[in-house]
Order: sequence, then structure tokens, then C-alpha cells
Amino acid sequence: MTGETTVFPNPLRWALGLWRDQKHRGTIIQIMALVALLLFIGIIIRNTAINLQALGLEIGYDFLTEPANYDINQHLIDYNSLSSHLRATVVGIINTALVSVCGIILATVIGLFAGILRLSKNWLVSRIMYAYVEFGRNVPVLLQILLFHALIIHTLPHPRASLSPMDGVFLSNRGFYVPQPVLEPAAWAILAALVIAVAAAWWFAGHAKRVQENTGRHYPVFTINLALIIGLPLLAFFLAGRPIGLDFPQLKGFNYQGGMVLRPEFTALWFALSFYAGAYIAELVRAGILAISRGQTEAAYSLGLRPNWTMRLVILPQAMRVMVPPLISQYLGLIKDSSLAIVIGYMDIVATIGGISLNQTGRALECMSITLFIYLGISLGVSTVMNWYNRRVALVGS
Amino acid sequence: MQQQYEAGRHPDLPPPLVERGAVKWVRDNFFSNATSIVLTAVAVYFLYKVVPPFVEWAFVDAVWDAHHRNECRAKGEGACWAVLRARIAQFTYGFYPAHLYWRVNTAFVLLFIALAPLLFEHVPGRRYLLWFSLAYPVLAFFLLWGGLGLEPVESAKFGGFLLTIVIGVTGIIGSLPLGILLALGRRSRLLIVHTISVAFIEFVRGVPLITLLFIASTLLNYFLPPGTYFDLLLRVLIMVTLFASAYLAEVIRGGLAGIPKGQFEAADSLGLGYWKSMRLVILPQALHISIPNIVNTFIGLYKDTTLVVIVGLADPLGISRATLADSKWQGLSTEIYIAIAVFFFVSCFAMSRYSLYLEKKLHTGH
Repeated sequence: MTGETTVFPNPLRWALGLWRDQKHRGTIIQIMALVALLLFIGIIIRNTAINLQALGLEIGYDFLTEPANYDINQHLIDYNSLSSHLRATVVGIINTALVSVCGIILATVIGLFAGILRLSKNWLVSRIMYAYVEFGRNVPVLLQILLFHALIIHTLPHPRASLSPMDGVFLSNRGFYVPQPVLEPAAWAILAALVIAVAAAWWFAGHAKRVQENTGRHYPVFTINLALIIGLPLLAFFLAGRPIGLDFPQLKGFNYQGGMVLRPEFTALWFALSFYAGAYIAELVRAGILAISRGQTEAAYSLGLRPNWTMRLVILPQAMRVMVPPLISQYLGLIKDSSLAIVIGYMDIVATIGGISLNQTGRALECMSITLFIYLGISLGVSTVMNWYNRRVALVGS
Repeated sequence: MQQQYEAGRHPDLPPPLVERGAVKWVRDNFFSNATSIVLTAVAVYFLYKVVPPFVEWAFVDAVWDAHHRNECRAKGEGACWAVLRARIAQFTYGFYPAHLYWRVNTAFVLLFIALAPLLFEHVPGRRYLLWFSLAYPVLAFFLLWGGLGLEPVESAKFGGFLLTIVIGVTGIIGSLPLGILLALGRRSRLLIVHTISVAFIEFVRGVPLITLLFIASTLLNYFLPPGTYFDLLLRVLIMVTLFASAYLAEVIRGGLAGIPKGQFEAADSLGLGYWKSMRLVILPQALHISIPNIVNTFIGLYKDTTLVVIVGLADPLGISRATLADSKWQGLSTEIYIAIAVFFFVSCFAMSRYSLYLEKKLHTGH
């Protein structure tokens, strides 16, 4: 085709020739795409500049150090209405992290139980779990959050008449009050014991593996390590003279003082997110277990492995490979869904910097960019971990 | 005396009583071992604690006919479903003019006619109906918003389940072509095209939908030329479409990955160019195997339409906010949320059943 262009030195022909050559066409499309993208970005920047100028605004992040002038009812670090917008953002991030971590843990527990029980031979139990999974997956998570919130607010009694299932635990529509652990100075001994126990457990697991590979002798690693991790801190607790006390909540006036409180917003969000994600995780667990072919179990039995070892050494490692990537996307989904906190007034990232700060300062561009940046950072971090895991467990040669 | 049989002539006897019929079924399913017995006991206790009070609250003591909350409470202890009866029109149509409901109803019925040839292969006259499906979006637009001699209706009047369905259907129709392009772009060997596609997909999938909706409600005006104005529904529709397209792109990419390399090579060796080979050989197969996942994406999108309440649109949750703010119906949030949940459950469950049916049909291997 390039031959043709030399015979007919016509610019149109020449351009057509370039277009018909696959290699050049690729380049042309790329250049066109790039130009279109730059043009698009340019127009947006120009429009934004004009619009901001018309409003008399300038882009700047100085407002972050100014006082936020609003209260946040749940803050794990010091915060009051005189604190800066930056601090409000950090409080928001911590609140998002708190509900996400709690949600991920509870959702995993619910999902694991529901997924295994769904496979149970007990008809009644597997039907109940089926109903749960279908309800959880087919009702919007926002509605579940509102439903849990409405249930807590409307069905639990007032603080004065609150339910007390245990000593020091009070359930009311103002929140769940539980005793708060109070650390005395000697409490560091417990922490030190825990660190030592984890390190020892780590070493022992490696040692047991080496022994097994060399001699075939097998230690009950899990049991010993569990005893180590629970036992050593417990021992330290008593040796150091019980340095952890409990602060019980007391009814004073219309509400409780002291203790630790799980606010209705937090509780509703936590339960709803766990309930919703748990239904999806249950299906993942079920699919993961069903994905391992029956032959694997039979092969393990014929090698003389006992049933629980078969589960631990043969089935679970393979099921994990199938389960973990979608599980991590579920976790990521849960973190993103926690942004719905705003409907019930839980102060997470979107409610603080993306909500009240934005409305008070009018700096939509800056506030939204910070919010997006935080979520993108979380997503990128999680997907990096997932890629690392996938590479680690990938089948050799596939 | 015992009857004697020749070897191999003994007639088949029925299994023992405890090994057949209902007895065996109950024993196998409820009392097969100690764990099972405990599980049964726990499950029965749980059902006993949950089901009778709920039935009592939702049906036995429920009030269906009342003019306000206090009348409800006076008539019975249970759920006050009267609020739904009072507001059913708003929950269905939002603030759409009452004398034009027929247009919404027509569009809704036509939606199913347009969907039928897409969802099921054995529909009579499928070839002609497909043309109707293609024309449906335009038809529905004029039916709902007016124009062409029909009385125009503002977007602000849209609400309730009408809004849910409008956002869901528009989102999925709009995101299909965009999703296909993004999926092809992500697989492209052209570096810039590939990078743009990956950046877009990962950005949209990395942030919550609610932040995108906030961008639609607060930021989009900054990006547009001064003086242009889109109404909120249109801005939300654009964002929802972009959001869905990123997820759809990943679904379609999965479908493309499932096409054997031989198909690409066969198309190449027939001398088909890139677009022709995609259009005639690759995409029909890739889309076909991704339909179940496309349906699942749609279910997700459909559930996510509830988020528009946060930017102030009057979807069912928006209507419920308005209803709960009315002093006549204050405090009935549980009833309203349960009713909306039932609506979503029924429609999403039906769609997920359809997706399962497709998966079974497509699973022709071993």
C-alpha cells in the first residue's frame, strides 16, 4: 500500500494509505484519542476556571486549617467544634475505618456460619440460611441500614427502661452501653506478653513445619499456639495484679454516664453492613467448598489423612484460592457501602469532609477531591494486597 | 413356613418402615446426628421466637384502614399499613400528574414487550419484536416526558418506583455500548486507549456511587460551560450510566476472556478487520456468555438506585421521607421500609432467578 502512495503523490491518497496500514492506523487512533482526551480535560478546566471566577472563588486547601464549627458525636480522637476541618476529616476517616473493620469481622463470621450451615444436611437450617441469603442479597443495603436504624430507634425502650441482658450492659434507643475497660499502668505487661506469645507462636509454627518435613512427626500446632496466645497474656494479667478494671455505665438523669457506648447510628450501620455483606460471603463460602472436587477428599482419605486433617491440609487451602479474591472484593464493597452512613447521621468521611465541611465552606471542588482521593487510596491499597495474594497462590504453570 | 426361592428369583421387598417415606425424610433431615438435633432445636426455637410475633404484628393485629397514625394505634397494636394505602399513588408515580398515569402504565407494559425478545429465545415474531425493542427507549422517552403532541412533564415530577425503574433501565441501556467500548479498550494493544480505559474503569470502581452522585449534584455545574443547565435527574442519569458502564466493562471483559483464541484467529484468517471481527464473530459470543453477569450487574444497579434519595430525588425512599415528615404518619418508618423492601425483594429475586436460569441454559458442558 505504501507503494501506491509513491505512485500517486496525492495527500488524500497518502492519508488513506496510512489509515489502511494496520500499524499506522493504530498510531493515528492513539493520537486521536489523546487529543480528544486533552481537549476534554482542557474544556473542563477552562469551564471550571470561568465558573469559579464568576463566583469569585479560588481553588485552595487553606480552609482545612480553619475551625470546622460543627460537632461530631462519635470521635475516637480529641475533637470539638473548634477543631480544624482537617481534624474533622481525620475523625471521619477513623469512623469509616472503625465501622469497616468491625463490619468486615462480623460479616466474615456471619458469612462463614451461614455458608457452612447452608450446606448442612439439616433441611430446616439450610432453608433458614437460604431465606437469609436471599433476603440479604435482594434488598438494597441502604434500605437495610434504614431498617436496622428504625428497629433500634423504635423498638428498643428509653434509657430509663432499658434492657439489661447482663450486668453492666444496657440496651436502649440511645445506644448500647457496655462496661469500658480501664487500663492501669501495669497493663503494659499484658501487651508485652501478647507480643511475646505471637512471636513464639510464629517461631513454633515454622519449627513444627520443618520437623514435619524432615521427620514426618506432626505437632498439634493450632491448639498449642492458641493456648500460647490466650494463656500467656492471661498469666500476665494475674501476675501483674489484674491491672485492667471495668468502668460500669450508671444511669444519671435521662441517660447513662461512664462505660462505653455504641451509638444507634454506629450499631445500625455495623449490623446492616455485616448482614448485607454476610449474605454475599455465605454464597462465596458455599461456592468455594463446592468447587473442590470430591476426588480431592477421596485422594486425601486414601493417603490415610483423617477427616479434619483432610479439611485443613487439602480442602481449605484449595477452597481459599477460589474464595479469597471475591472475598476481598466483598470487603472493598463493604468499605464503599459504609459511605451510606450519611443517611442515618453516622459521621464518616462522606458526612464530614464530603458533607458538612463542603456545605459550610462551599468548597465543593476541594472537598470532593479529598473524599475521592481517600477512597481511591483505600481501593488501590486493597487491590494491591489482592494482587499480591493472587500471585502467591496462583497455580504453577497457569 | 418360609417360602423358598431360586437364587436370583427373590422379589424386591420394600425397605423397612424407618428407612422410607416421611419417617426417613424427617430422620435424615432433622435428626441424623447429634449436631443435627441441636441445630433443629435451635432453628425451631428461633422460628418460634420470630415468626408468630411477626405474623401477629404484620397481619393479625395490622390496621389497613385509617386516616392517620393515631387512628391506626387506636384500632390495633400491629402494623399500620394504612399509610401505604394512603400514599400508594406517590410511592408508585411520585408527583406525576394523576391524569397522565396512563402514559406511565403504557410505558411499563411496553417495557415488558420490548424485553421479551431479548430475554427469551422462543418468542413468536421475535425478529420483528427486536426492532420494537430498539425503538423502545425513544418511545418511552416521549411517553414519560411528553412532546410530540403529548403534554410535557418535568423530570422533577418523577418519583416513587417509576423513578427507580427509569434510572435502572436508562442506566443499563446507556451503559451497554459504553461498557462494550471500555472492555474493548481495556483489551486493546494501543497503549493510550488501554490506559484511558483502565484509568476510567478503576477510578469509577474505586469510589462509592454516593460520591459520584455528589459530584453530579454539586460539581457538574462547574464543569459545564457557563449558562448551561441540566436538571438533577439528567445529571444523576449520566453519573449512574458512567458508574454502571465501568462495572459492565469488567463483566464483558470476562466474557471476552472466555472466547477461545481460535475464534480471533479464525476471524483474522477470514480477512475481517478489527471492528468487523468484533461485531460479527467475537462480541456476539462474548455478550451471550456474559448475559447472566450483565443481569447481576443490573440487579446491583437497580438496588443502587435507592441512593438517589441522598441527593434529593423522590425515589421510594424519598417519598417515605416526605411521608414520615408528615405529622399524620410520623413514626411509621418500620412499616414503610418493610413494604419497600418487599418490593425490591420481589423484583430482584425474580431477576436473579432469571439469571440462574440463563446460567443453567448456557452451561452445556460437563
